[in-house]
Amino acid sequence: MPSATDTRTDPFITDAAHDRATLLGGWRAQRNPDLRSHLAWHGAPPLPRPGDATWPERFAATIERSGLSGRGGASFPSAVKLEQVRSARRGGSVVVNAMEGEPASAKDKVLLSYVPHLVLDGAELAACALGATQIVVCVAPEHPDIAAAVRRAVAERVPSALAPVAVEVRCPPGRYVAGEESALVSWLNGGPGAPSWRPDKRNPLMIGRGPALVHNAETLAHMALIARYGPASFRAAGAPDAPGTSLVTVSGGVDHPGVYEVALGTTLGAIVDQARPTSGVAAVLTGGFGGAWVGAGALGTPYAPAPMAAAGGVVGAGVLVVLTRRACGIAETARVAHYMAGQSTGQCGPCVFGLPAVAEDLERLAAGCDDPGATARLGRRVATVDGRGACRHPDGVARMVRSAMAVFARDAALHGAGQPCAFRDEPSVLPAILGSGKATR
Amino acid sequence: MRSVAETVIKVNPIACQAYGYCAELLPELVTLDAWGYPIVDGGPVPRHLVELARRAAKDCPRRAFLLEKARIRQAPTGD
Amino acid sequence: MSSSVLWYATRATGLVALVMLSATTVLGILTANRATSPRWPGFALQDLHRRISVITMGFLACHIVTSVIDTYVHIGWASIVVPFASSYKRVWVALGSVGVDLLLAVAVTSWLRPKIRARTWRAVHWLAYLSWPVALSHSFGMGTDMGQSWVIGLVLCCIAAVLGAALWRLWLAARRKRRALVFVPVHHRPAGVPVKHISA
Repeated sequence: MPSATDTRTDPFITDAAHDRATLLGGWRAQRNPDLRSHLAWHGAPPLPRPGDATWPERFAATIERSGLSGRGGASFPSAVKLEQVRSARRGGSVVVNAMEGEPASAKDKVLLSYVPHLVLDGAELAACALGATQIVVCVAPEHPDIAAAVRRAVAERVPSALAPVAVEVRCPPGRYVAGEESALVSWLNGGPGAPSWRPDKRNPLMIGRGPALVHNAETLAHMALIARYGPASFRAAGAPDAPGTSLVTVSGGVDHPGVYEVALGTTLGAIVDQARPTSGVAAVLTGGFGGAWVGAGALGTPYAPAPMAAAGGVVGAGVLVVLTRRACGIAETARVAHYMAGQSTGQCGPCVFGLPAVAEDLERLAAGCDDPGATARLGRRVATVDGRGACRHPDGVARMVRSAMAVFARDAALHGAGQPCAFRDEPSVLPAILGSGKATR
Repeated sequence: MRSVAETVIKVNPIACQAYGYCAELLPELVTLDAWGYPIVDGGPVPRHLVELARRAAKDCPRRAFLLEKARIRQAPTGD
Repeated sequence: MSSSVLWYATRATGLVALVMLSATTVLGILTANRATSPRWPGFALQDLHRRISVITMGFLACHIVTSVIDTYVHIGWASIVVPFASSYKRVWVALGSVGVDLLLAVAVTSWLRPKIRARTWRAVHWLAYLSWPVALSHSFGMGTDMGQSWVIGLVLCCIAAVLGAALWRLWLAARRKRRALVFVPVHHRPAGVPVKHISA
């Protein structure tokens, strides 16, 4: 459970006037997540007057001008998503996705603990734009204090007429893929909470008979800021094609792991340095367990979707796991792959059988097998699982492993020749992964 | 560039239970991975194989092998 | 048509239908067992299963029609699908009716397979397993030819084939790891990032 006992001033948002238009600025100023402090800092959210028929159009146009893209991992333009659901049918639901199944990510938990009203503002605004009849906030049940914090915030809003659309808090089981859109909607519909096969993503997901707009909690918080302060203030930070600030969770071999609000476009190295790496940075796992490794040479890359992708990295949901030189990249990759194999929902053969095979190959490589064909075989297996599941889970693992083979190529070659590295038995820098042995099957 | 309506193969990975009938009927377009699941490319089905592809779609015990019409962009001939 | 011709036809078509039903049941089990070979690929087994099912229905139809229009004993048209509606050998004809109902359900759902949900089709198809012991008991109960040694031999072969295939299916099912929706238990979830800093 995050505890903000020690904070540091944010060096990236220097203009005091724009300080208001940040996600965590309110927390720094008020140190209180309650409604009164939120209103004192931000003022009332610009909810529509009853009977204002043009408001949804204007809200959608505002979001489009801001250039906001989703902060849940796919970086999909939020205005396009809003339009897709708006054009489907009136009514429906807004789903606040704070499942955060990624173990190395803590930003959504931080948002809901410290600035829940910003997220709820965004949800209410989106619901009004859609004519939605309900809002559902989804948090994982492993953190009952987060769910409690959200429920408290919801209860505070009801008497003050800041909740035109009713809000419900639900706790789907917190597995890795539970936050995948179709899996979440499946659970809310009473199903097993497994992703569905969506060959055509333009058809909106449905909850009951109404369309569902599923957004990451951070995306909705940004919508609340944009609606208040305007697209220009959002675009004041960041880069022209990647505007705004973003929350990044930095962990791994660092002294100050935590959630940082950064302007998109800041260099990767500057962000990592904020968290004080314990020794020289060898590599960074970007985007989460299904993201991609980048080497120390990429630390000068601006942190935004396009430049990071060009450098072989991933912005995704803003996750950075720092690997210092005193660690074995192959061993860490093997641990991640093993965890991800266990998190398969078991629906698609290539994922169910392929991921454990990849994890096993990596484990043998990390242990130092004397097998010249090991790397090639791993590459072939990875190619077999890529793109062959219903969701992007195996794709993420494929991407992560491929990037590991590229970034840790030298280590892979040495291990393949029978030489395990000295750091293989160092404690892992990954978030404590419990449960040893094979996945339950 | 013109776009042409072509038949493409799509496999529903959740429904598929690795019966392998598709690979038996259409070895030219479907190969099986190490665990018996089909690997298909998303490209257009050649004219002379469309009938077999329809049969594979009909025979699949789990209705996982599907044919769809997609518009594929084609470079003008004579390039 | 003379009654005894009809009677012979009923018995003959009934026996053939039983043998065909046994054959198609075995083939159905073989497809579920994935019992393929280079000369008998999976789609061919399934195709044979479907065709023999149709043949079975054909012989069954003849068996039913000849038994009903034979006026020697009274089996009304209603008792084709309604159990216990016949005055002649009520219980055994009732079993036949139940068998017909089950097989009709299978035939209709298979015909409408593209239009109905996969789960519905599979549930009804599982009921088809029941039609075989029902048909078998019906044959024993009606009893006309069950005294003859070659008939007994034929029926025993059918029983052996179906039971053998069924046991093989059970054995394979127990051995093969079920690819069910099994999640890693939730308490294996990682502890998460210890957040020492929130940049604000």
